[in-house]
Parts: sequence; structure tokens; C-alpha cells
Amino acid sequence: MSDDKIFYEDKLNGACHWSLHMRKGTILKMIDLEGGANVGMLFYNPVNLLERYNAPDTLKCQHTFKLHKGHCLYSDMGRIFCSIVDDSVGWHETVCGNTTAEIVKQRWGEHSYQQYRNDWQQNGYNSFLVELAKYGLGKKDMAANLNLFSKVGVDEQGNMQYVPDNSRASDYIELRFEMDTLVLMHSCPHPLNPTREYPRKPVMYQVRRAAPIQADDYCKNLRPENQRGFANNDIFHLGAGGIG
Amino acid sequence: MIRQSELQAEQAIFRQIVEAGDYFMQTVRVGQTFRILDLEGNQAADTLFYKADDPTERYSAMDTLREQGNVYLTAGSKLLSNEGSLMLEIVADTCGRHDTLGGACATESNTVRYALEKKCMHACRDSWMLAVAENEQFGMTKRDITHNINFFMNVPITAEGGLSFADGISDAGKYVEMKAYMDTIVLISNCPQLNNPCNAYNPTPIEVLIWD
Repeated sequence: MSDDKIFYEDKLNGACHWSLHMRKGTILKMIDLEGGANVGMLFYNPVNLLERYNAPDTLKCQHTFKLHKGHCLYSDMGRIFCSIVDDSVGWHETVCGNTTAEIVKQRWGEHSYQQYRNDWQQNGYNSFLVELAKYGLGKKDMAANLNLFSKVGVDEQGNMQYVPDNSRASDYIELRFEMDTLVLMHSCPHPLNPTREYPRKPVMYQVRRAAPIQADDYCKNLRPENQRGFANNDIFHLGAGGIG
Repeated sequence: MIRQSELQAEQAIFRQIVEAGDYFMQTVRVGQTFRILDLEGNQAADTLFYKADDPTERYSAMDTLREQGNVYLTAGSKLLSNEGSLMLEIVADTCGRHDTLGGACATESNTVRYALEKKCMHACRDSWMLAVAENEQFGMTKRDITHNINFFMNVPITAEGGLSFADGISDAGKYVEMKAYMDTIVLISNCPQLNNPCNAYNPTPIEVLIWD
């Protein structure tokens, strides 16, 4: 049974960034409080920061462009950082990257810290740079990130289209961590969000313990690739917490 | 989009065959044009680009796709860096579509995609690891190995959000050509993959040509 007790919860206001260390066997629930949120997210292995979230590996091994319940989020080393065990949204994207200072300036104008204090218009790229630097990492280490709650569709010719209102108030996604993971996140707008006003959307995040993984686990059994990913995690954890 | 090149192979200042399982790592100067030629067809050339005098600036698949608003690369695609700068432009393409979402094969990802027993089979990211190790003059490490272009690979995305590895649309003699807008380190792994039907389980040589 899942332990529903929430160890910790906090609100990440719009245009903010933070990082935290998630333990194997815990769940990080992200909740879109008002609708229209975007959460940029990256993962690193705390004992080998060279192992990091790999969007191409994640997409190709599950033959998907969108991410939703059942998908596993892979490192470049064939292991699973976390599984999407629940999700009320149905489409999260991982190929569009971040807003930059230039994008924010062109679309929404310049709102410097000097003038606007904490209502400045922070961008996702700089947000990640700040969080990366806390761990001795830099722009070399900035892999393609997740944009949780955001959808970008693709037509037959390959044209990409940002889909507004993909996530509504109270929509959520739950990530169950399958290994200890350094999580970097920001709540800056999606880089293709065309809204006239800079979207400043808060999210709540909650941490709780996950139920033990059963043989019929939905994420593990979504595809044979995921069974092999879980097997790689088991090998990684030999002698450090046992099988599973 | 199919666009033929005007350049003649005989006038190239540089030509090199790169066998499957080998890497190519060389600087192309601003203004030069280089071609990757698929000699026998349906080969994958897994390619990364770096600004020569500051390799922390490098090809960014995310920025390139987002700014062109399309998930495929072809003639006219502007290849952007992680700083948003134009690195190269695809000026000729007789294949018509190239992938930059599928990434490169690795021994570790092979275990997930194919079987745990495949872990010691040669893979693109091993070629890149050897490339950065053997070319210390560039000052690069595993941190520099980012998301690549798969020239000649066909990875269609569906409206429903699916992604598949379709049979190749390349053929013997097809090529893609790029003009450099900055001095650029070109790092290619000529893919050694033996487990994927998209190359008919038969990795083959490519040729790299450069013109002033």
C-alpha cells in the first residue's frame, strides 16, 4: 500500500526555480494550481552527475513523442530515473527546450530584477544555469528538458503547434523515483507559449513514499523495453538496497 | 525538400571515406561547405557540431526544431546552437528528411531497446567517447556529448504523438550538404548498429567532402 502521508509540500510560484534530491521509492507529485502551468525539469544521478536525463533515449525506446502515465524517464545509461505512475494531463513534451532571455524580451518585453524585483520575467535557460551551477554543472550539462503540462503537436509535414489550455487547474503528474535522483526544475513559461502577458503560473509539489513495486506494475509492463530498464536499475542497486 | 548541389566532387579540397563504426572529427571553416554522402544507402551518420573556439557552444536540437517550427531537418534548415546562433545551414539535400529526435545508439540504450545481452556491441556513443579521448586538443569530455542529428534517418512523428523508426528513405549516392557560418568542429559517428532493421542490419561507409 502507498503511504499517503506527505513528507513535504511547497509551492513554486511562477517564474521560479529550485532543485531537490529525490530518493528511490518516493513520489514527486506536481500540481498545476491555476491551469496553464509549465514545469521545466532535468534529472541527474547524484553519485555520477555525468549520468543525466536523456530525452531521445526516453522517446525512442518507448516509441513516443508525448509523455504520459506509464512512461519511464530514462538516463543516458539505460536506467530509469522515474516512472510516470499517475497523470491527469495526458501529454507532456520534452523537445522544445526553454525560454531564453532573448525569447522573453522579444515576446513579453524586458522586466529586469532592478525594476520589478521578484516579479521579473525570469527565463527557463537561466533558471537551469543557476540550479546546475549549485552542483558544479554548467551549460554543457543542460540536456533536453521535460516541459511538464505542455503539449506541442506535430502534423504530417512535421510542423509543430503549441496547444494552449493543455493543463487545467488541479491537473497533476506523479513521478515515482526508481533510483536516487537530483531533480532540477523551473516554473518559467513554455518557449512556444504565445500568450500576450507573461504567464506566471504556480505549481505545488508534494513528496511522499511510494508503494512497493508489484509484478504487474503498470509502468514496468507498459513495454518490454521498460522491463529491461527496470532490470538495469536492479543491477545498479546490487548491494545497495537489494533487488527491486 | 529535395535540393541538388552545384558542387563537383572533383573540386572538393578534402575527401575521406568513414567506415561504419569509425568516427570523423575535424574542423570545418566558416564559409566552407561540407557534404555527407551515403555511399551504399540507408546508413545513419550521427552528427554533433561545436563552435571551434568555444565548444561549450554547440548544436542544439531543441533550439533548432523550436525556432524552425518543424521536427524534421532538410534543405533550408538552419542549425542553431544552444546560444541561438546560426552554426550551419543545410544547403543541399537529396534525401529529403533527417532526424534529430532519435538520438544516438549507446551500449546502455541498446540493452533497453533490444536485449540486456547486447550491452557490449559497438555503438555510436562509444565512438564519440573514443573521439573525445583521442582528440584532447579539443578539450572535450562526455559532458560535451549532447543530442545529435541522425542524417539519413527517417523517424516519423504522428499527430497522435507516436514515434516510429521507419525504413530509411535514403539510398546509395544520396547526400546532405551544409554551409558553415562559424568555424565548426564536426563530430560524426558512422553508426555501427547491427540490431536495427532500418539499415537492413548492414552498416556501410559514408564519405565526407569539403569545399572552400
